[in-house]
Amino acid sequence: MVVEQSTYLAVSEKNLMSGNEAIGEGAIRAGCQFFFGYPITPQNELFEFMAQMLPQTGGTFLQSESELSGINMVYGAAAGGGRCMTSSSGPGFTLMGEGLTTLATAQMPAVVVCVTRAGPGLGRIASAQSDYRLATRGGGHGDYQCLVLGPASAQELYDLTYEAFELADRYRNPVIILSDAILGQMMEPVVTDHLPRMKTPPKEWAVRGKGTNPRKVIKVAPHTDEELIDWNRQLKKKYQLMQDNEQRYEALLTRDAELIVVAFGSTARIVLDSVLRARNEGMAVGMFRPISLFPYPQKALEEIVRQGTRKLLVVEANNGQMVQDVRLAVCGAAEIAHYGFGGGHIFSPYEIYREIRRLGKS
Amino acid sequence: MILNEILIAGFGGQGIMLMGKLLAYGAIYKGLEVTFYPSYGPEMRGGTANCTVVISDQRIGSPVRNEFAYLMAMNQASVDKFSERIKPGGVIVCNATLVESPPERRDVKIVKIPANQIAMEMENPQVANMVAMGGLIHELKIISYESLTKGLVRVLPQYRHNLIPLNEQAIQKGFEALEKKLNLEGYDEQSKGTNCDQPGTV
Repeated sequence: MVVEQSTYLAVSEKNLMSGNEAIGEGAIRAGCQFFFGYPITPQNELFEFMAQMLPQTGGTFLQSESELSGINMVYGAAAGGGRCMTSSSGPGFTLMGEGLTTLATAQMPAVVVCVTRAGPGLGRIASAQSDYRLATRGGGHGDYQCLVLGPASAQELYDLTYEAFELADRYRNPVIILSDAILGQMMEPVVTDHLPRMKTPPKEWAVRGKGTNPRKVIKVAPHTDEELIDWNRQLKKKYQLMQDNEQRYEALLTRDAELIVVAFGSTARIVLDSVLRARNEGMAVGMFRPISLFPYPQKALEEIVRQGTRKLLVVEANNGQMVQDVRLAVCGAAEIAHYGFGGGHIFSPYEIYREIRRLGKS
Repeated sequence: MILNEILIAGFGGQGIMLMGKLLAYGAIYKGLEVTFYPSYGPEMRGGTANCTVVISDQRIGSPVRNEFAYLMAMNQASVDKFSERIKPGGVIVCNATLVESPPERRDVKIVKIPANQIAMEMENPQVANMVAMGGLIHELKIISYESLTKGLVRVLPQYRHNLIPLNEQAIQKGFEALEKKLNLEGYDEQSKGTNCDQPGTV
């Protein structure tokens, strides 16, 4: 699947939105009724947006006393059948690990946003992509997986947040939107009307007071050893289903590429400039942008590499967290190099172009 | 191919972000792609404000830029800090009222517009940023007065919509100031920036 950006034509319908606001618009469009969370830069615009807009649409915004209580309120709202959401950045997202594994094991649909800032530890508010591993590898204990989407424009933040609610309900699983400070702060035109306004779909498993119906139970810990083994088996099956059906990516100029740059999120935006510059100078360079980060678009990357790519350059604003996924996808079929570091450094297109040239020559 | 990277800079309170957003809407109404990126983090805690607007007829890559084709400098600090980042052949538009020493570069076009002074003459010092916008689009050429002013209703809050005609007028004054160089020279003599080059000269 190749996602073309901004092909929407109706100028009058375009609204200038920050990436953070676009997430909020997408959520409300998808019928999100509950938002619980604790403020942290650089996701506060989303917070403000939800605080202002949710009550107007009959929803509930509540600033919790901590990220921990926020994610657990999400658990409650999800169990009650509402479409719900929380949001944070690295330091707060870590605190939600326990809640995330709880949501995943209870099979509760929810959307969790991480607008990444530079770490480790408290870090700083500058942009980075160093929560890749935290998001894609879980962050909490036990064998669980969240679906993880990595948008790269305000329009995509809107579209994918909307879709995240659909996916969360389809798989009864938490979905993480992995954004970053650059995407959150920048403003771009966003078209909203192409997606229909959704209401929370009826959920037969939701606990909303049983009335005369049979008892329903949502639990986080099965009662017997056998039950837990069976539970894990079911979860494994579900994660496999996600692997099979939800791999998304964008491939650009990869057909004849000898070198492919792999990047996601805001870094992919910068890489685009570098790749186009190298192309203009006659280098056989392409770009591969994973859009789903879990499941990683392995199938597509493997197939593309098999067409004759010799080298892959993974560029990310971290110390190489995505390299592992790339390596697994291509299984030694191409040489893999990494360029990047966390801490808040913002790449220039020239810097990456220079790296492309260096690798292209060697 | 159209690709313009514009840096708008000044100090907090001059309406820098509003200028950037308005310019972005101008691009939207022209049917172009656009990305706006505000100054962020420690930068904005120092009283300075700047934003980047990238306008193109093609898909836009990086929203964050190191080099720019245009600088709209609303104060002296912006000239000092950013004029080296303008590509050769680029344009620096200075708010001549507050910029006493224009950049010394010879490989860029330096344009002066006494934005605050024109706004004062309109008896509305707050619209200096809109006067400057008029000057900026005069140099940019790809954004028309019509498409820019269409954006006012989108960037100004509802309770300020009564001021749209005033803002339109300010944009027009700024545009005309650069259009009619004679008038500008008149302004120039009165403005503080006495050691500026002739307005509009390369």
